[in-house]
Amino acid sequence: MITLGHMLTLSGILFALSVAGIFINRRNVLLMLMCIELLLLSANFNFVAFSRYLGQLDGQVFVFFILTVAAAESAIGLAILVVLFRERRSIDVEGLNSLRG
Amino acid sequence: MFVEILFYSFAAILVASGLGVILSRNPVHAALSLVLCFFTSAVLWLLIEAEFLAIVLVLVYVGAVMVLFLFVVMMLDINVEELRKGARYHAWLGGVVTLALIGEIVGVIVQRRLGIDATRGAAPLPPGYSNATALGEALFTRYAYAIELAAMLLLVAIIAAISLTLRKRRNLKVQDIAAQVAVRAQDRVRIVKMEPERKP
Repeated sequence: MITLGHMLTLSGILFALSVAGIFINRRNVLLMLMCIELLLLSANFNFVAFSRYLGQLDGQVFVFFILTVAAAESAIGLAILVVLFRERRSIDVEGLNSLRG
Repeated sequence: MFVEILFYSFAAILVASGLGVILSRNPVHAALSLVLCFFTSAVLWLLIEAEFLAIVLVLVYVGAVMVLFLFVVMMLDINVEELRKGARYHAWLGGVVTLALIGEIVGVIVQRRLGIDATRGAAPLPPGYSNATALGEALFTRYAYAIELAAMLLLVAIIAAISLTLRKRRNLKVQDIAAQVAVRAQDRVRIVKMEPERKP
């Protein structure tokens, strides 16, 4: 029997992995975007698990909207990435300092 | 018992492919690991009977978003070695932050417990229950405005992505419709009166 604890633990492991991944690949925008996708996936895991184990469907509706927003985010993120590469011939985050932030 | 074996094996595949995403040197390998992650997650969602979302995950993520990612990875010529400089220091930092995050999550769960018994299984669904039907009923009644907003969001994303990457190229031979319509006969044709070459 798969319990709620199983699913929550798995999603916690996935979340921790993707946060570590954002730090490990701090200079590569492409891998950072992939880690964000993984992070959203682990959040979706929580939503689906709670929705199923508490018997309420609204969590799954929220997953639907998160999928929509994540798809829009990755499309725009990749577009920005392509423009960035076209301008600078590199996707290094360290080089992005023209705004002096 | 069989369900547990399935759960543990797919969870192991999921964690291993997650490690593959964050640790692989080659971005193509990372993208393929992410595809495996999404497939495995879809299987796990099938196991806890969220069938519609499992199929949506495969169709939307593996079918569209990851294809886009792979396309961009292969289109850009990235110098991977340059980007991995300092990864060891960043990994150390990431480890610390991740441990702090895990501590916070565990602390919140242990402290508050949220009144939920996490050790019981899900209640069995009634016979003839369809996940897709129930979800569709919720989406198109209570969440009807929200789904239209989501559609608008996708439209805005399409327009933004296209307008970001659209590039005006010079020296390109294109039609200018307005100029074609506005042209007049006297601009194009010149009637010249001249004598015939041979006398009849």
